[in-house]
Formats: sequence, structure tokens, C-alpha cells
Amino acid sequence: MSSAEDIISRLGKIPVGFATVLKTFFKKPVTLQYPEQRKPFSARFRGRHHLKRYDDGLEKCIGCALCAAACPADAIYVEASENTDARRFSPGERYAKTYEINMLRCIFCGYCEDACPTNAIVLEPIEFPTGYTREGMIYAKDKLLEAPPAGANGTPQVTPAGRFNRAILPFPPIDASV
Amino acid sequence: MAPILEFTLKSVALILIALTGFAYTTLLERKFIGRLQARIGPNRAGPQGLLQPVADGLKLIVKESITPAQADKLIYFLAPALAVIPALIVFAVIPFGKGSWLSLAGDINIGVLYVLAVLSVGVYGSVLAGWSSNNKYASLGGLRASAQMISYELAMGLSIVAVVLMASNASLNGIVEYQQPGNILGWLIFRQPVAAAIFAITALAELARAPFDLVEAEQELTAGFITEYGGMKFALFYMSEYVKMIAMSALFATFFLGGWSGPGVNEPGALGVILSVLYFAVKVFVCLLCIVWVRATLPRFRYDKLMSFGWKALLPIALANVMVTALLIVSGVPGYK
Repeated sequence: MSSAEDIISRLGKIPVGFATVLKTFFKKPVTLQYPEQRKPFSARFRGRHHLKRYDDGLEKCIGCALCAAACPADAIYVEASENTDARRFSPGERYAKTYEINMLRCIFCGYCEDACPTNAIVLEPIEFPTGYTREGMIYAKDKLLEAPPAGANGTPQVTPAGRFNRAILPFPPIDASV
Repeated sequence: MAPILEFTLKSVALILIALTGFAYTTLLERKFIGRLQARIGPNRAGPQGLLQPVADGLKLIVKESITPAQADKLIYFLAPALAVIPALIVFAVIPFGKGSWLSLAGDINIGVLYVLAVLSVGVYGSVLAGWSSNNKYASLGGLRASAQMISYELAMGLSIVAVVLMASNASLNGIVEYQQPGNILGWLIFRQPVAAAIFAITALAELARAPFDLVEAEQELTAGFITEYGGMKFALFYMSEYVKMIAMSALFATFFLGGWSGPGVNEPGALGVILSVLYFAVKVFVCLLCIVWVRATLPRFRYDKLMSFGWKALLPIALANVMVTALLIVSGVPGYK
């Protein structure tokens, strides 16, 4: 059994607790109204993947599948196909005909970003992928590929012969005489 | 014929008010406890979350009703009703305002006894629910409910005895009228602070609300006696808890906060009546807020501490309070007669 002073000192602490709780009532709630309000991500946050384009609208991805090889979760599937000057998707010989990332398998480690020789795949600080079905969580090119820059055409493009022989920068300047 | 019609109409009105009150007390609690925890609380269903109780009710109504295979079916179905009915009929004697027509049963002279009797019956809902579910957590919850409520009922009864001694009247309206003359200092909370404190504590224990919510202590007993209940059967237990919360607040307001009394209630005609109902509603509202405030502040008691607190602290103090009150009244101390 506790002593009388002990009991009294403990009882004296009860009003302190009540006051603390009541003080909180007058504070601003810390709740974030999620879908409308969002916390800003850091600029280097590894969010979901985007496939980038060059300024002229060509896709950076050359379908080399190094990202798929680097992926520890085996979440990436790439199927390459041949570029022609009449029907060009990306610089160089090949482009990614199929590019799929299973967002349910992805662990957002960013190794695909490191492996990419053309900086085509970038994990950007935007919202995480969400979906109602497993199929819907497999993101194909229609979701991954960013829109062409303003003023540029999308792919495929008709390109001058010989200009995009290399898969990476620098590309030869545009020959005005052609 | 006419009295039956009047009682029927008043009963229907009272039940509707109690059930609406129950729905919005849940919202009040969730909103207020949210703010006390630096959260917002429900604000999606309807403007400012005002339709949240409707959404909750709809959800519970359309839920599948499951009965455990090993349950005692009849008692399992009966228990929720046994919990709700006492909670609702407590309101019969509470004077909601000036004039005896503002309480359902009128001004009956054994109102206090009726209240104590009906509140005691309420425990059967919890006990039978716990037993009939045939689940170990539910049984433990039911056992705790019975032990806790029996222990705290004694102290509660004694705290009310002090009030009845003061008012020398066992009708709730008589107790209110005893507190009404003069000013706010006529309230019994100032002349019977010990009884008020004991009533407040035991009321929380009777309600099985924090910090005395051992009956449904989530961390120990899953959900206690309501573990096996779902859908509307669960909602009935929920309803009984919140309706009892309103009833206990109303009783506290009646016994210690002057009930419907307040400045201007002696005005003749409708004004006095409206003011009296308003004062009573405000007092009940404040008591409800305090119950939520207590829940947000205090952690749950340990079960053995709960029992020893009830028997070794509250009961002796309540007895001593009755004795001191009686002595004060007999010796004619000013303010006590």
C-alpha cells in the first residue's frame, strides 16, 4: 500500500494530464487531407518509373534490357524490335517494342535507373502506382512513356538516313543540305 | 384512451430523440476525441462528416448476420435487446425541463430507486452476451462486466443517497427543484463535491468506458463480450453504450448540476419551459464532452486495481460521505438543511 503523500502527489498529476489533453484541442490538427493535400517528396525520391524522350520526341529507350537484367525483383520485361529510318522510335538499331514493369513486384530500388545506358528510365517523385487488379498493376509503355515535348512529334518518326546510327549521344548535327 | 395515446406519443418521441442522440453522440465523440488527439475526425461523409452516423448505420444494417455455431441461440439473440432496453427506459423518469409533462413517466416519487434498478438490469445484457457467445474472450468480458458493475453500483448508490438526504426527496424533479432556488451555488456539486466525484467515477465504470473499459479491453479480450457479435446485433450494444452515456450525463446534470434550472426558467409560459429544456441540453452536452475528455486522457485501469479501488477506496469514502452529510443535516449546518 502506498503512503498518503504518494497518493496525494499522484492525484495531483491527474489534472496536469487533463490540461495537456485539453491544450491539444486548441492546436491545429496535424492531419493531411490525403488525396487533396500531399506531402512534398524530396527531389531525389524514387517514385514510379518514367520512360524519357529526347527533345525531338524520339524515345531514349533502346530496348537493351539491361534494366531487366539489373532488376533484383525481376519486375521488368523488355522485348526489342528493329528501328528503320522510315519508322523510327529511338536512335540506334533497336527500340523497346514491349516494355512492361510489374509494379507489384518492383521494390523501387532504382537499379534499373543505374543500369540504363541512355538514362531512359527515371524514377520520379510522383505518387505510387495504385490499381484495383493485378493486371492493372503491370504498367506497359502506354503508362510509362512520357508525352512528347511541346512542339515535337511522337513516335514512330520518319528520320533522315544516317543521322541516328548511334544509340547514344552525341548525334550528328542536322545536315541542312539533306 | 387519452393517457395511453399520450404515453405512446411521448415514448415514440423519446425513443426517436434517444436514437438520434445516440447516432450523433458517436459522431461527437469521434470528432471531439480527434481534436483532442490533434486529428480531425470523420469529415468525409456529408458536410463536415455530418452523415457519418448514417453511413455507419447503413453499413451495419447490410452486414451479414453471423451466429456462432456453438452459441446458445436464444440468449445470444436476446442479449442485445437486454442491453438496449434498460438503457432506453432510464429516460422515463428524467425531467427534461420544467413541468412534469416533460418527463415520460411524470414526477414519480421513487425516481431515484427506479434509475438505480434499471441501471442494474443493464448488466445482464453484457453478462448474457458474454456467456451465450461460447467464446473465452466473451466469457471473460462478461465476467468482468458483472464483477465491475456490481462493485461500482454500491458506491454509486451511496453517492445518490447523499443527494437524496440533501433534497429529502427521491423524485428527480424534486431534486432539481431543491437545487433551483437562488443561484448557481444551489447546485449540489458545490455542496456535495465528494458525492459528485464518486458519482462521476462510478458512472464511468457503469458505462464500462475508459478508463474502466475492461469489459471490452481490446488488447486483452479482443472485444470482450461483443467479440462474437456483428452487424445490427453489434450496433445494439453500441447503441446501449451511447444511450447509457447520454442517460448518465442526464443523471449527473439532474443530481449535481441543477438539472433544467437556470436563470429565467421561472418566466411564465413557453419561454421558461424552452429555457429549461435548453439549459438541460447544454448541461448534458457538457457532461458528454467530459466523458470523451476522460477517455482521451486516462489509460485503462488494471483489473485488480479496479476492484480494489472500488471496494477499498470508493465504497468507504462514499459511506463516510453519507455519514458526514447526515450529521451536517441533523446538526443544522447552514446550507445543509
